[in-house]
Amino acid sequence: MTGERETLKIVVTGHVDHGKSTVIGRLLFDTGSLTEGAVERVREIAREKGQRFEFAYLLDAFEEERKQGITIDTTRLQFKTEKRDYLIIDAPGHKEFLKNMISGASDAECAFLVVDAGRGVEEQSRRHAHMLALLGIPRAGVLVNKMDLADYREEVFLRIREESKAYLESLEIKAGPFVPLSALMGENILTPSAKMPWFTGHTLVDALDSIEKIEAGGSLRFPVQDVYKFDERRIIAGRLESGTISEGDEILLSPGGKITFVHSLESFLPKDKKKSASAPESIGITVADEFYNERGEIISSPADPPIITDRFQCSLFWMGKRPLAPGRKYKLKIATVSEEAAVEEILRLVDSDTLETVSGANEVKVNEVADALVRLRRPVALDLFSTHRATGRFVLVDGYDVSGGGIVTRAESMALVKRGFVKGELSARSDVFEEYYLSFGTRDVSRKSAGGLLYRVGDRVPLTGDSYSYPENFDVVVFRDGVAVLIREGRVYEILPLGDYEYSGLPVVNGSGYAVSCRSQKEWIHARDAFLAKGRRNEAELAQRYLDFNAYRRIAFPQADFVV
Amino acid sequence: MLNHLQTLEAQSVYILREAYRNLGKLGLLWSIGKDSTVLLWLARKAFFGHCPIPFIHVDTGYKIPEMISYRDQVASDLGLDMIVHQNKEALAAGMGPDKGRLVCCKALKTDALNAMTKEYGFDGLIVGVRRDEEGSRSKERVFSERNQDDEWDHTHQQPELWGQFKTDFPRGHHIRVHPLLEWNELDVWRYIEYEEIPVIDLYFAKNGERYRSLGCAPCTGRIKSEAKNVSDIVTELLTTKTAERSGRAQDREDAYAMQKLRRDGYM
Repeated sequence: MTGERETLKIVVTGHVDHGKSTVIGRLLFDTGSLTEGAVERVREIAREKGQRFEFAYLLDAFEEERKQGITIDTTRLQFKTEKRDYLIIDAPGHKEFLKNMISGASDAECAFLVVDAGRGVEEQSRRHAHMLALLGIPRAGVLVNKMDLADYREEVFLRIREESKAYLESLEIKAGPFVPLSALMGENILTPSAKMPWFTGHTLVDALDSIEKIEAGGSLRFPVQDVYKFDERRIIAGRLESGTISEGDEILLSPGGKITFVHSLESFLPKDKKKSASAPESIGITVADEFYNERGEIISSPADPPIITDRFQCSLFWMGKRPLAPGRKYKLKIATVSEEAAVEEILRLVDSDTLETVSGANEVKVNEVADALVRLRRPVALDLFSTHRATGRFVLVDGYDVSGGGIVTRAESMALVKRGFVKGELSARSDVFEEYYLSFGTRDVSRKSAGGLLYRVGDRVPLTGDSYSYPENFDVVVFRDGVAVLIREGRVYEILPLGDYEYSGLPVVNGSGYAVSCRSQKEWIHARDAFLAKGRRNEAELAQRYLDFNAYRRIAFPQADFVV
Repeated sequence: MLNHLQTLEAQSVYILREAYRNLGKLGLLWSIGKDSTVLLWLARKAFFGHCPIPFIHVDTGYKIPEMISYRDQVASDLGLDMIVHQNKEALAAGMGPDKGRLVCCKALKTDALNAMTKEYGFDGLIVGVRRDEEGSRSKERVFSERNQDDEWDHTHQQPELWGQFKTDFPRGHHIRVHPLLEWNELDVWRYIEYEEIPVIDLYFAKNGERYRSLGCAPCTGRIKSEAKNVSDIVTELLTTKTAERSGRAQDREDAYAMQKLRRDGYM
C-alpha cells in the first residue's frame, strides 16, 4: 500500500482558556494544512456574526463553542511535517467536559500540555496530567503559551518549566520537550522567535518531530470478538491487541483453558491471504479442534497466559453524574468481555490537585480518581495494564452510560485453583476447611464443600466447623503444590513456597487438614522429604506413618438442612 | 508494523464487527458515493465475503440519474439485501429545492431517514461520514446515540474510550455507527486505488469537469478537473486547497447549516 509514512497521535491538553485550540489552529494555519474553504468559512462566519477571526474556530466547529469561546467536545485533525504525519487531538479544558477530554486523549501516544505563561499550572492542568497518567500516556511535552502577555521573559518560562516538570514526573510521566510560544502572534511555531533570543530549544514543529514513536509491545493477546459461521468455515474473529499469530501456533483460550492449534488465517480476498498476522490487525482464524468459543475469551500462547480472576485492584476515574458507590452493580467491559461487577472497597481517593490520598471514602464523585478493589460475578481473563495495555484497561457502565474507566494494577490468577490459597503466582489447592459427614442411609462419608472459596493473605478463615476444629495458630503444607500457608490468630498470615518454609513448632496439617505427625525440626524434615519423594512409596503407607486424621477432624452427622 | 491504510482498515473492520455483534437490528446506509462504497467493501472484508447487514438507500428522487442505475446494477451483481426508501408524501406534495434547500434536505433526507428507521425498527445505522468533511462531523463519536426523535444531543455526547463503544441505550433510541470517522478524503481514494474498488464514473473528469462529492442533481456542482481515473484523483487531491464539499449547496445556506440538519437526524 501507499503511505508508508509514520503517523503519531498527539493530544493537546491543559486548563481552560490557556489556548489549546488556538495553538492547534495556528499550527494548522501556518503549515498550510487547511483547505481554502475551512479558513474562508471561519472568516465568513466571524464577519457575519461580527466577531474577530479566531484560530480556535478552525476546531471549535459548534455554534455553542464559538459563541462561548470554549471547546466543548474533542476533535482530531491531520497534519504533516517533512518527517511524518500527525493526528492532533484537541481536548476541552473546561472541568465540565472532562469526559470529552478523556474520550479524545484515550488513544493518544503522546501529550502536549498547554500552560498560560501569565497564569502558570492551574487546577485543570494538573487534573489533565493526572488523567494522562491513568490513560497510560507515557510522555508529555509542555507548551508555555501566551508568552506575548509575559513580555517574552525567560524567567516566566523557566518557572513554569520547573513547576510542570515536577508535577509530571511525580505522576511518572516523562516530561519534555518544553517550548515557549505565542500561538496568537505566531511566535516559535515554525521558526525560532526573534522575540525570545534566549531560547535555543525546539520550535513547536521541531518539538513534535523530536518525539520518538513507541511501538506497542507485549506478547500475543487476541480477544475473541465474535464467532462466524456464514459458510462451511467456523471463523473466530477479532483484533490482535498485541503480538503475532501464525498458522500452526499452539494457542490457549482463557478462561476456558482449552488448548488447540491455529489451522488457518482467513480472508475475503485471495490477495489478503497470509500465514501470519500482527497487532493491530483485525483478523479471523480457524482452529484445529472445534469446540465452543465465545466472545470475551482471550487467545494467547500457552506459555504466557493472561490472568484469570474475579477480583482485582485498579486505579479508576469516574465520569458519571451519579457517584460510584461500593456494592452497586455495574457492567464492566474489558477488551471484548462484558461482565457484571461491583466495587468491593474504595481503597483511597486521589486528589488531582495535590496527589494526596484520602482513605475511608464511601463514594467516588464525578471527575474524581480512586484506587479500588473490583469483584466480578464470574472469573474472566485479563491482564495487568503494565504488561498488556489493551487487556488491562476497562470501562464501567452505569445504566446506559459509560461512567468510569480504569486500569488493572494488581490481580492474582485463580489459575486452576477453585478452593485453597492464592498469592500472586503462588497457589495451593486445599480443602482444609471442608466438612466430612456420615450418611445414615448409605453409611458413606461425604464432603461438603463451601464451594469455590479462595483465601488470600489477610483473609479470616473458619477455624471451627461441624467436623473440624483447628487452633488459632498453625501451618498448612500443600505438598503437591509445593506451598506452605501460615495461619496466625485465625487469619492467613503468609503464603510462601515450601522451600522458604521453616518449621516453628506450631502444628502442621496437610492440604486436607490431617495433622502431620512431627514434634521437632528433625521429624518435620523427615516427614516432608517422605512426602516430596512420594513416588517411591505407597500413599497408604505414608498416611499410616505420618498423618493423623483425628487430631483436628472427626466425622460428623449432617445438619438437618443438609442432605448427603 | 502496519502502514496508515492498513491501520485504518483494521480499525474500521473492528468497528463493523462491534456493531454487528452488539446492536440488534442493523442497516448500512449506502449513498452510492465513494465513502459508502468503501464501507460496502470493508463490510465484505469484515465478514469474509458475506454481508449480513441490509443496505439502505434514502432516495430523494432528485439524485443524479446515473447514481440510481449504478445502484441497481451493483445491488444485483453482489446480491445485496437492499432497502430503498423515499418520502413519497413530501414528493407528492411538490417538495423540492425551490422550497428552500434546508427545508428540502430535511424533508427528503432527514425525515425520510427517520421514518425508515422507525418503520424497520433499526437499533443501529452504519453511516460513512468522516471527520474531515465538515465541522459538526469533526466532533462525532464512532458510536453516536440518537434519541427517540432521532435527535443528536451534540453538546452532551457520551465518553468513548479504548474501543469500548456505546452499546447500551433505551429502546427506541438508535446508534449511528461511523466506521470511516478517522479517514480523510485522500485516504478513501488511496484505499480505492490500492484495493481496486469499483466506483461510479461520475467522479472521473469529462470535458474538464468532475463531481468531487455526490448528492442531489440540483444542489451538487462539478469541479474543474482533468482527473480521469483514481490515480489522477489522488494526485489532484495532493495539491488541491479546495474543500471537498465546496460543490454542495446546502452547506452554504447558513453558517451552521450542517449542525442544524444533523442535530435533527441528518446523516
